[in-house]
Amino acid sequence: MNLTLHVWRQANAAAPGRMERYDARNVSEDMSFLEMLDVVNEQLIAESKEPIAFEHDCREGICGSCGFMVNGVAHGPQRGTTVCQLHMRHFKDGEELYLEPWRATAFPVLKDLVVDRGALDRIIAAGGYVSVRTGSAPDGNAISVPKEAADISMDAAACIGCGACVAACPNAAAALFTGAKISHLGTLPQGQAERSRRALRMVEQLSLEDFGACTNIGECEAACPKQIPIEMIARMNHDHLKAAWQTRGARKSGGGE
Amino acid sequence: MSTAALAPPNSARSLFSSVIVKKAIMAATGAALYLFVTVHLLGNLQVFLGPEAINTYAAKLKSIPEILWGARLGLLTLVGLHILTTIQLMKINSKARPVAYAKKANSASTAASRTMYLSGPTIAAFIVYHLLHLTVGSAHPQFSETDVYSNIVFGFRVWWVSAAYLVAMALLCTHLSHGVQSMFQSLGFNHPKHTPRIKKFAHAVGLIYFAGFASMPLAALSGFLPPFFERL
Ligand code: HEM
Ligand code: SF4
Ligand code: FES
Repeated sequence: MNLTLHVWRQANAAAPGRMERYDARNVSEDMSFLEMLDVVNEQLIAESKEPIAFEHDCREGICGSCGFMVNGVAHGPQRGTTVCQLHMRHFKDGEELYLEPWRATAFPVLKDLVVDRGALDRIIAAGGYVSVRTGSAPDGNAISVPKEAADISMDAAACIGCGACVAACPNAAAALFTGAKISHLGTLPQGQAERSRRALRMVEQLSLEDFGACTNIGECEAACPKQIPIEMIARMNHDHLKAAWQTRGARKSGGGE
Repeated sequence: MSTAALAPPNSARSLFSSVIVKKAIMAATGAALYLFVTVHLLGNLQVFLGPEAINTYAAKLKSIPEILWGARLGLLTLVGLHILTTIQLMKINSKARPVAYAKKANSASTAASRTMYLSGPTIAAFIVYHLLHLTVGSAHPQFSETDVYSNIVFGFRVWWVSAAYLVAMALLCTHLSHGVQSMFQSLGFNHPKHTPRIKKFAHAVGLIYFAGFASMPLAALSGFLPPFFERL
């Protein structure tokens, strides 16, 4: 099949960008979307033109590196699928596709379709961890985990940090990502010690990064390649409100900290 | 490169700077306003019981000034907080995406949810007009301090006034059809079994309340609600 691509081209973070038109010829329907772009890039290189920059690593939907907008939908039209796992059979011959990078103040464009998602890393650094005793390995099953908590935690842990939720959100909020991380750790017994602080600090970091505020619209849930449910945002709201109510701030005296 | 600093470990940022706390304030005030809207609708539907019923009801509401003004102050505070958080969140959100997409599809959101920041301010403008029209009376052609029934009937006999009410009520009801479900999520409540029911309830609220509110101007316009003297 043949496709017409309109791709955002931007030389670097400081340069202005614009949409440019490319023809993708003889695309096999067995190709993945990124393989289709590889072929377009081969052609561009043969013409001594700058290939289209896009981020990728595993190409099997597990690393969270890839992602851009295809016709206004994060990761393209197939639900629950990263763009590296999206196959060309989902497109029709002659279709016109618009490829744009994630758009958010918190995700500056580095080049073409590549954005800097460091803001998500800093949200994790602010509280997305549990403290453990190092040394010899603990006994397996020493801490009992309720089945329901394990299920919710595993659902949340499926988040690969791709940023599609931010890209799809009309407010460029990172609520689904942050909600997934807070729920992943906060539902497990091992995550209780930092539960309040985590919910306060990760949300604070979210605002420091200039992410928007959630309006419970649900575009994130529809865009998420790991189908993280919006329920995780309610869990974050719950943990955050509870922590905000209970927090006593820094102690002036006494041990700890 | 974006290089926001990491939040300090024991941040003393005020509670109210948190976007989630702001949203919770919006949800709590929205819930209280929703209760008011419910009582207001039920009270006003008494217009169909005739002049005496609604005029006695109105007189009773106004009989104890302390309670009347207490309620008015309370409502003003609720609306004030609801609008304050609206403005604050709007500011945050307007900074979050500086470059718009050339193409953007909506995959899951409803029209009601996407237009909350339009329906809200329109309701605010409507509330001002509504108070001048049926509470203060300065925007009413034949206002009476005691005859609420006639105020409603004559007020709505002006076709464009009724038209404006219908538009405002349609927006209020779309606001509620998203708001009444959204407030649960904002306050941290979402459950795979209950949330779909809450969503259905919120949509029903939108439709039923609109039917209730719309019935009054339509009845006045069509002559179904006769002026006082025609009844005598
Ligand atoms: C009788 C009047 C009103 C009622 C009953 C009402 C009710 C509600 C409810 C229940 C919510 C849901 C809260 C949440 O999302 O958690 C809400 C949200 C909201 N309201 Fe109102 N509201 C009213 C008037 C207004 C006014 C006057 C404004 C603005 C000037 C406004 C702007 C908003 C906005 C922007 C949201 C947030 C929507 C979102 O985040 O998706 N509302 N309202
Ligand atoms: S919640 Fe989903 S869309 Fe958002 S970063 Fe995680 S995997 Fe990507
Ligand atoms: S390249 Fe790893 S998820 Fe797409």
